[in-house]
Amino acid sequence: MRGQEAREQAGRKAVMATLAHAAADEIARLWNESGLPGEAELLRGPETGLVTVRGRIGGGGAPFNVGEATVTRATVRLPSGQVGHSYALGRDKAKARLAAIADALWQDPAQRETVEAKLVAPLRAALDAARETRRVETAATKVDFFTMVRGED
Amino acid sequence: MYVAVKGGEAAIANAHRLLADRRRGNRSVPALRLDQIVEQLALGVDRVMSEGSLYDRELAALAVVQARGDMIEAIFLVRAYRTTLPRFGYTNPVDTGAMQVERRVSATYKDLPGGQVLGPTFDYTHRLLDPELAAGAEVEMPAQRPVEAEAMPRVSAILAHEGLIEADGEMPLDHVPGDITREPLQFPMARDIRLQALSRGDEGFLLALGYSTQRGYARNHPFVGEIRIGEVELELDVPELPFAVPLGSIRVTECQMVNQFKGSAKAPPQFTRGYGLVFGQSERKAMAMALCDRALRAGELGEDVVAAAQDEEFVISHSDNVQATGFVEHLKLPHYVDFQAELGLVRRMRAEYEERENEDKAAEEKREAAE
Repeated sequence: MRGQEAREQAGRKAVMATLAHAAADEIARLWNESGLPGEAELLRGPETGLVTVRGRIGGGGAPFNVGEATVTRATVRLPSGQVGHSYALGRDKAKARLAAIADALWQDPAQRETVEAKLVAPLRAALDAARETRRVETAATKVDFFTMVRGED
Repeated sequence: MYVAVKGGEAAIANAHRLLADRRRGNRSVPALRLDQIVEQLALGVDRVMSEGSLYDRELAALAVVQARGDMIEAIFLVRAYRTTLPRFGYTNPVDTGAMQVERRVSATYKDLPGGQVLGPTFDYTHRLLDPELAAGAEVEMPAQRPVEAEAMPRVSAILAHEGLIEADGEMPLDHVPGDITREPLQFPMARDIRLQALSRGDEGFLLALGYSTQRGYARNHPFVGEIRIGEVELELDVPELPFAVPLGSIRVTECQMVNQFKGSAKAPPQFTRGYGLVFGQSERKAMAMALCDRALRAGELGEDVVAAAQDEEFVISHSDNVQATGFVEHLKLPHYVDFQAELGLVRRMRAEYEERENEDKAAEEKREAAE
């Protein structure tokens, strides 16, 4: 049961991470194609505020405050009762609302499959592809050292 | 007599209207879009985010265009905006070891895990102006090298083994990170608070101070242990969820400066460290921050405080360019009454001075006549 709950939380967190990273217009486009219901009662927000970003001294030492970042969040309740939350960097309120509905729908066993397949999977694939492109472009700038042979023999 | 005066309302309104016109410039030139600034003036946007202390590219781009490219004015606009927003909380500390690296170099170790990765750097360019860019030439796509992903541990983690380099900066376990946006500055301050101030500090000011340490004012023999630039994930603990909620990622620049240290009464000979972490891609700022961080640790390491860069109150009190510009620029606002008062005072002093001069002269003449 414990492991089941942990897996459930990890899955939900992964969905929230994908939605937080995804562009608003991509979420909206896939939503329209997915046939997912878009109606929900707004319990909070969407509202924009700040989070203070923390780093660590020396990279791994004591925490310190680096600066702030804008974050927009929303909380919704579906007609079927599930409550969903969203948080993401930036100030996009339409994205916050859709992401909160997606989180709520994901908790509904009847909808989870659709949310994963029609919304999250294509978003994740696009994000992974973009990340992979950046990685191999960066890798092309890695220095290959070679040794100059000196002397007679 | 003090006479209150009013006026200038129409002049101010027309001045702002004129500002808007000059900002727009020649109407036959297309207006800039924010996405053009975000994409093509990215490092300027990064500077505004770093010193404005607010990570939001679109807002920083808006500030840049609204300020007609005046960076400090743009930073001021961003600082003013952030005071209008509620605060949701403090993120969990970012893990720069897990960064999606876009650039990573070390000047101390050639062969380190993950290697030397140059990324999009100005280094090794010839600093020649490019006429093709002016002509709007197409740019080729970047090269790609499809290799296996490789872990890139921070160089400090690699160096730590021999015990010849100090550990990452620790604080007592019960220490709560200070926040200069919530509490007024107090000296002396803990290193975590200094780092917050330095991270939003003026790049030019920190660069000059860092440079001064290299030129011998608080010399501390720096090496770039590592610079890395890339995206780190942000997570926030919130009461409504049983896990830290992911927020997305931000680009940061981290600099680990490693400094030779011959030891003191307080610490053995070893390599000490200075740390820089700033929003966006800005290794000059991160390096300057790391140099200043190390110089400001003089007291902690038992070094003599002999130079400006080591003087915490001097450095931190003057590093914020919004405060600095506010106080310098307020001088141009009307000081008519102050100046009238000063003018009266100087007139009186001048009259007294001339009276004394005349008296002295009269006494001198009298003495000469008597002789």
